Amino acid sequence: MADNVTASADASSATSSGPAAGATRQGRPAAGQSAGGRRAAHSDLRKRLEIAFFVAPALGLFVLFVVWPVITAVQMSMFRWNGIGPLENFVGLDNYARVLNSDVFIGSLVNNLIIVASSIAIQLPLGLAIALLLNRRMWGQGLLRTIIFMPYVLAEVVAGVIWFQLLQPQYGVIDTLLEAIGLTPPPQGWLGDMDLALWTIIVILTWKYIGLAVILFLAGLQGVPDELYEAAQLDGASWWQVQRKITIPLLGPTIRTWAFLSMIGSLQLFDMVWIMTRGGPANATSTMAIFLVNEGTNRANFGIAGAASVVLFFIALVFAVLYQQLIMKRDTKGGA
Amino acid sequence: MTTQTQSPETAPQQTERRRRGSSGKFQGGSPAVYAAAFVVVVATLGPVVYGALGGFRSNFQLADSPAGLPSPWIFDNYIGVLQNPDFWTFNLNSIAVAVITTAIVVVFGVMAAYPLARYQFKGREALFMVFVAGLLFPATVAVIPLFILITQNLGLGNTWWGVALPQAAFALPITVVILRPFLMALPKELEEAAQLDGTSRIGFFWRILLPLSGPGMVTVGVLAFVGSWNAYLLPLLLLRGDMRTLPLGVADFSTEYSVDTAGVFAFTTLAMIPALVFFLAMQKRIVNGLQGAVKG
Repeated sequence: MADNVTASADASSATSSGPAAGATRQGRPAAGQSAGGRRAAHSDLRKRLEIAFFVAPALGLFVLFVVWPVITAVQMSMFRWNGIGPLENFVGLDNYARVLNSDVFIGSLVNNLIIVASSIAIQLPLGLAIALLLNRRMWGQGLLRTIIFMPYVLAEVVAGVIWFQLLQPQYGVIDTLLEAIGLTPPPQGWLGDMDLALWTIIVILTWKYIGLAVILFLAGLQGVPDELYEAAQLDGASWWQVQRKITIPLLGPTIRTWAFLSMIGSLQLFDMVWIMTRGGPANATSTMAIFLVNEGTNRANFGIAGAASVVLFFIALVFAVLYQQLIMKRDTKGGA
Repeated sequence: MTTQTQSPETAPQQTERRRRGSSGKFQGGSPAVYAAAFVVVVATLGPVVYGALGGFRSNFQLADSPAGLPSPWIFDNYIGVLQNPDFWTFNLNSIAVAVITTAIVVVFGVMAAYPLARYQFKGREALFMVFVAGLLFPATVAVIPLFILITQNLGLGNTWWGVALPQAAFALPITVVILRPFLMALPKELEEAAQLDGTSRIGFFWRILLPLSGPGMVTVGVLAFVGSWNAYLLPLLLLRGDMRTLPLGVADFSTEYSVDTAGVFAFTTLAMIPALVFFLAMQKRIVNGLQGAVKG
């Protein structure tokens, strides 16, 4: 709002005589431009060529391998096609209707949404707690940070294979330990149980990704000025009060950005699920990415896979835009 | 945007020192704090350590007492993996794909970030937004058309380049987003001094900007390398047989020899080591890169 007001003041000052501050600000670029002349035009062309030279390789690669495949996905989604021969059998929006009416796809979408919500609901408080813990001066602090961040660097495949072995029914170490303390693990195993499989995967995702949250929150904590802590201490605030009233509110922008990354990642989840369950049992852990890879490569339903890709992209886009508009807007405004 | 103006090399150290220097009341660990830290460490390391120890046990030991320690220690599993030529082939493929990906990302990325950071021109922000929008296109969305493009149109199926080129393309957005503020933060006086000395903008790029942006390029390079090293979906669709990368090898080994739990633990543990060594060596870069991405 304030920006608009000053902008219009500047604009009016350029034509008529406006406020003094506006006039001087407007004056500088105008003077710079008139000094140029023909040499400016020549160097302008040169500048354009330089820009093209620097940007072209990246832009070319980006267009060929990112933009073009995305456009192809949209095109593919309008045809019934098994990957062989030309695209001939145009079916319009039929593939979209089939995707959106498919119980498997809707189930996968719901799973993605559960993963999005639960990842944030679990990792945010846990990550904050660990970050606050690691932010105290203590013995072995650097080592602790390294350890907590380590699973993030491992491949999802590697993490998935190890956890799969730990979770083996009966012979796995987790079931053995549970039985030793008198609990009964699910008879089909954690990953074989329709109701538990998705939550088991969510726990493993937490193990794998909590380190990212902690590292980012710690970076945010370092940005909190010490004067605030000192002032709070002088006022007799307790440790807990300081965290709640000063630290966590000041971490706001970091938390919002992290949540955004987490959300986009959860919507694309593939590797971990593919390794641990292939989306089973009976699609209980399927995600949108699992659905489209199954349709595309295993069943050669490229039209359906294309439609699912477009739907996945569209959902990610809606999430991103809504999130930017509703939640992150104040950050970017404040930063500008 | 504005917070990342310091060079990433010095910034964390300064803040670190300042934070450490602050007065003591809220610092220091009570026994409860150490206990909590201990729980976190056990939960984080437990599965990995169990896997590594499992590789030193026999399948009988694992079945007989899943929660036990190796007794006696058995080295056959690890020796078996190290003598398996496939394991080395997978490593070689992973290294080749990651190196090609990283080289392309760093070179193309810093070139693209330079005009976006230091030239004034119309459409600059629009061009930058094209790359930012790329963050929204995960490889997952385009993976089926990519599969067709690479195998049928480009004939690069089952090759290193066929995986590296699209991986580089999908890593470019985050690279440009991280590098641009980094290049913007280099002082304007450098450029003016270079111009006074008669250096062109391209000369400035080669002789001054590239050497100075070393830390930034290492950061984005490390992120691209780790991303490529861990990638699964694209290699899964594009690579087979002798061209498979390590994650594919781990996944296939664990399904082919699912009965040989100890062997799977040994294979997976050895497959983890390059990533862990690289992580420990480059930890600061990785952390800075991720933190920079969030701040930038």
